[in-house]
Amino acid sequence: MDLQIIWFILITVLFTGFFFLEGFDYGVGTLLPFLTPHDKERSQIIRTIAPVWDGNEVWMITAGGALFAAFPHVYATMFSTFYLALFLMLVALILRGVAFELRSRDESPCWRHFWEGAICFGSAVPAILWGIAVTDLLRGLPINEHMIYQGGFLDLLSPYSIFGGLTFLFVFAFHGAAFLTQRLQSYGLMLQARKAAIRCGAMAIICYLVCLILTMIQTDLFHSPLAAVLLLGAGVLFILAYLRLFQLHFRQSFVLSSLTIVCTTVAFFSGLFPRLMVSSLNPAWSLTITNASSTPYTLSIMTVAALCLVPVVLIYQIWTYWIFRKRVGSEDTEYH
Amino acid sequence: MKFFGTLFLINFAMGVVTGIVQEFHFGMNWSEYSRFMGDIFGAPLALEALTAFFLESTFLGIWVFGWDKLSPKLHCACIWIVAIGSNLSAFWILVANSFMQHPVGFVINNGRAEMTDFPALVTNPYVIGEFSHTLFSGIATAGFLVLAVCAWKILHDEASRHAFTQVLKAGTLFTFIGIIGVMGSGHLHAQYLAQANPMKLSSMEALWENADPAPFAVFANIDQEKHQNTSEFLIPNAFSFMLYNKPTGEVKGINTLQQEESKMYGPGEYRPDVTGLFWSFRIMLAAGGLMMLAVLIAGFLAWTDRPLAIPSFLHVLPWLLPLPFIANSVGWFIAEAGRQPWIVVGLQRTADAVSPNLTSTDVWLTMIGFTVIYLLLAIAALYIAVRFIRHTSVRSEEGSDI
Repeated sequence: MDLQIIWFILITVLFTGFFFLEGFDYGVGTLLPFLTPHDKERSQIIRTIAPVWDGNEVWMITAGGALFAAFPHVYATMFSTFYLALFLMLVALILRGVAFELRSRDESPCWRHFWEGAICFGSAVPAILWGIAVTDLLRGLPINEHMIYQGGFLDLLSPYSIFGGLTFLFVFAFHGAAFLTQRLQSYGLMLQARKAAIRCGAMAIICYLVCLILTMIQTDLFHSPLAAVLLLGAGVLFILAYLRLFQLHFRQSFVLSSLTIVCTTVAFFSGLFPRLMVSSLNPAWSLTITNASSTPYTLSIMTVAALCLVPVVLIYQIWTYWIFRKRVGSEDTEYH
Repeated sequence: MKFFGTLFLINFAMGVVTGIVQEFHFGMNWSEYSRFMGDIFGAPLALEALTAFFLESTFLGIWVFGWDKLSPKLHCACIWIVAIGSNLSAFWILVANSFMQHPVGFVINNGRAEMTDFPALVTNPYVIGEFSHTLFSGIATAGFLVLAVCAWKILHDEASRHAFTQVLKAGTLFTFIGIIGVMGSGHLHAQYLAQANPMKLSSMEALWENADPAPFAVFANIDQEKHQNTSEFLIPNAFSFMLYNKPTGEVKGINTLQQEESKMYGPGEYRPDVTGLFWSFRIMLAAGGLMMLAVLIAGFLAWTDRPLAIPSFLHVLPWLLPLPFIANSVGWFIAEAGRQPWIVVGLQRTADAVSPNLTSTDVWLTMIGFTVIYLLLAIAALYIAVRFIRHTSVRSEEGSDI
């Protein structure tokens, strides 16, 4: 198979892993201040993702690095296009990253609430921004013949992209709540998570529907039968996840919400293929796997490296989840 | 492990969040650089994420929360994996940086640099100098932090005195090795620079005209406009001796190199910020020298078991903690400012590397934004770290808990 196609698939895999794993991280972080006012219970909620969030975030960083290595023009155009959006996202991620560490280092309620707020902000903002980015990429951006973005920050915002952002926020919140039902011991907290999931899930379904309609009107995603089937399938899976959660079948609900995220991400990439960034000015100016890629030499080296290393990473990350498989209970509130 | 482990975690959190920006900003601010260099530069960055970031983040999580979930040996192995990961990370990013300083294993094709020899990229002689210098300065910095904390605890916390005296012994040894390594690798790297990047080296010395033997300037009043020094205090033959291990040997001056480069690359200004480089180099040397002095005194006190023999020294030591950080910062300033006006020496100018779609408002906004947020977080982290050091006692029976 063509190396560029392999790399397109690898990028898809990395983004799928990122949205699946960080999806519940962001969701748990977003919901943190709303699930319970009690400090000890909030510590338990944080504890469910504390050992793994950093490893999950590396999926995003690796996806960025892989874009740079395999499709440098995409990396250059995409990251300079989303300049201020990425700045906002980095600020959010910076705050979130230190918040996990610093929150536990002082008992005072004021200090704790501040960092809990930072975790919420730092989780919700990236979720929204990724939604905006994904919808923008599908719809196309004003990119000229030199692969340079011709707009500003506000050109990234449209009704479609705003609904995209909200969809990501609520789907991740639902996914995070479903994750919490798998990781917490306290049944009371699980019911709190369920309550939040019912609300966020309802919002997510509405936003998803609006997005689906706008995707049909504003993008060419439905020209690809695979993408169309996956995107519609993701909608159905999410409704099933919602119903199973409502009926207290928590495990099935989490599995279904995970599948929703996987299907949506794959739908997005298969809809784009073979393009990675769509130019709204002229289809010929789009960045594709051929005009934006590295040389066959670099790609072959990186292919060998990725095919050797990604399975190893998967093995030890799965091992981590196995180590921390026990549900988090009240004895786990202490940070260290 | 737990006392310094906690300090490490606070510091590591700050390290993680500064690292994220690194992975994004090449595309954000330097899109033309990323296009020109992506075929070469992206590979070590992706490899850094794949081999180092995943290791560090995953195994740190296991170490922090796995105290009662793993056997002590396996648990200890996790922090070693984190340490290996951190050094791998330094290696890959320095492979990338070394290409910018000294390009190897490439051709210019289709208007961009294309990789032709990956092993050459990894074994770039520049990497050896940069990596060893960075590695040892990391050891020296960590060691010096331990010394500063020990000094404070020995002086102010009687209950912990014995335990921290023991740590001080190991700490001085560790720091001493670090500083010796920094000096040795720095020395060898400078000798290598004489061939690989003479402009950077002569600028660090403010040596405008060719000299044989070349002197070492302790002090110089530099006139960058007229390309000369108005006054200077020189140690004769010293610079030649540092570079060639013998008292004579020609070192090319900045003005000669400027002419040579103008011939090679066309008319233009190829002289970097000489004043900045000259003084940065001296600040780095002075900071290193002071650290060495402090380590020798501390080592003497610790290994003769008389930690309180010179109390005023213990009072001073914690205030010397900025030294390694200053040395590291000016060291990086030398590395990066020293190759100006190039972003990749001989291949691409810094001015041609920026993202063309950005306005200066965009750049100022993010620059100020990141500075402010890092400053606030540094204050918060420092506040927590200092309070932790003050209020956590370690008795010697639990010596292993340090």
